[in-house]
Amino acid sequence: MATSLDLLLGAVVAGILLGGFYAAVTVGVSISFGMLDIVNIAHPAFIILGSYIAYIVNTRFGLDPILTSIIVAPAFYALGAAVYQVYHLVFERRGDESLRGLAFFFGLLFITEVALILVFGVDYRFVDAAYIGTTLHYGPIDLPLRMLVPFVCSLALLAGLQLFLSRSFIGRAIMAVSQDRLALQLMSANPARIKRIAFALSIATAGVAGAFLIIIQPVEPSIGRDYIGRVFAICVMGGLGSFPGMLMAALLLGVVESITATFYGPSWSPAVAFGFLLLTLAFRPSGIMGR
Amino acid sequence: MRTATFWIAAFVVGAAVFGLSLLVKNQYYFFAGYVVLQYVVLATAWNILGGYTGYVNFGTAAFFALGAYSTVVLYKLFPMPIPALILVGGVVSGVVGLGMGYLTLRLRGVFFSIATLALAVVVQTLITNWDYVGGSRGAYIIRPPKVPILGNYIEYLFLVMLVLAVVAVAIARTIERSRLGYGFAAIRDDELAAETAGVPTLRLKLVATTLSGALMGMAGAPLPYYVTYLDPASGFNLAYAVNSIAMPLIGGMTSWIGPIIGAVFLGTVQQVATVTISSALNLLIVGVLLVAFVIIAPNGIVGLAQTWLRPRRR
Repeated sequence: MATSLDLLLGAVVAGILLGGFYAAVTVGVSISFGMLDIVNIAHPAFIILGSYIAYIVNTRFGLDPILTSIIVAPAFYALGAAVYQVYHLVFERRGDESLRGLAFFFGLLFITEVALILVFGVDYRFVDAAYIGTTLHYGPIDLPLRMLVPFVCSLALLAGLQLFLSRSFIGRAIMAVSQDRLALQLMSANPARIKRIAFALSIATAGVAGAFLIIIQPVEPSIGRDYIGRVFAICVMGGLGSFPGMLMAALLLGVVESITATFYGPSWSPAVAFGFLLLTLAFRPSGIMGR
Repeated sequence: MRTATFWIAAFVVGAAVFGLSLLVKNQYYFFAGYVVLQYVVLATAWNILGGYTGYVNFGTAAFFALGAYSTVVLYKLFPMPIPALILVGGVVSGVVGLGMGYLTLRLRGVFFSIATLALAVVVQTLITNWDYVGGSRGAYIIRPPKVPILGNYIEYLFLVMLVLAVVAVAIARTIERSRLGYGFAAIRDDELAAETAGVPTLRLKLVATTLSGALMGMAGAPLPYYVTYLDPASGFNLAYAVNSIAMPLIGGMTSWIGPIIGAVFLGTVQQVATVTISSALNLLIVGVLLVAFVIIAPNGIVGLAQTWLRPRRR
């Protein structure tokens, strides 16, 4: 009996570490979908792009993936600003975002994935760093640094963003856009400009999350699709746009997925996230912490 | 086009395509033609929900593969002729569409779209873990070598898909001209206003998801006989989802002819590109065309044609 209890404990710990990483993956969607109402289903594609950039820099120059992602974050920010500009001009202003906007992001997702396949092929890629491969042991609990480092960095990222949104002027403006667009316009602020900044920020987090992803597991272009369901499941479960709720949902999903993988086999774990999403949508669309 | 004219035209086009196919000796054209016709059905089915009511379904592959896998199950239990398999596949996918719609259609449209993404992965995981239908190893189907009258099996599949395509288009066109179609259009333009005006929006949306899902399942049912080897990766291929969205968008979503134009155009381009260039690149072409059309020509080829023709009529 002790062994199965140890197994459970191990699965829960691994799940919490995984959940922290899921939070970093979701935070961008929490901003774009939860606050700005932009259904960016291409978000995972930007994450995979981040993974590949971390991979290239790591194999060429041996630079740490997380450090790389922070250095290239401004580039991702610019990319996000450009994507939003197109989205705003073509869809948002015409009031066409629901159907064609979705199709636009779906197309972006698809183009990125196929382009990566054409350039890098479908082989799994991975990175090297000093801490990958080291594991800390505390009694029955294993803490692989491969999981622990992204977990800690994710929490730092989340805390930083939460501080930015609640304390800085721009951050408060972003919150204002998410609450009442019209009111912001009446204060003679330009919602499109604030939304551009926020969306660019969300894409910048995708680049960083991509670096975490490739530390945790080998990456190939199409795994981004597995994350679409996860990020939206977490985002909806957490109650759109709330960071603490999102973190809770991410940890919950991580633990459930990890337990499923340990006791029923990893081939079942994708269904967990999506099953969660379907159940949340069907019975509690305002999220676990929703009103 | 009047209804009688439409039926005559549909019959003539169908007969002409089939007549031409009798002159063709090269088997490849039947394989390629089957895929194009299959996309006509998928694009039309997607458009019944997506184009008419404005709800985006990303889960085409799930409905399609459900049809295909119900054929695999029936092949193992008791083999039936293909038209019967198509009906069964349609019923299975239609019921899933109804259940799915019932769970999510009361929410905003976006949630429905996200849920369809989720559905595709849940169904794929279930199938991958279900050993009876081959699991991740896939399932083999041995098709009869000969069919009476036609002789060649692939020609028979081609004919079946041709009939299915004509039926799907006829259904779409009938809906467009009926009370149902006006109800759908009201939902697409302003759901709240439609609801207030007494349009039973939830019921209409459920009709659309069920019909659309059923047609997708019907398109998938003959697939195992076409490929003879079916595994989850090919049955749930993302290409089905992308194509069934791209084709109506590129062709034009507001009328039944749009998906046909889109499917024939994109389907042919892809068949040519697969043979001459590479299969990865042809998917890139679809993606780029989708984004380009959505940005530049939001009403598709039909919309472009209408704007070009209008000044001349005046």
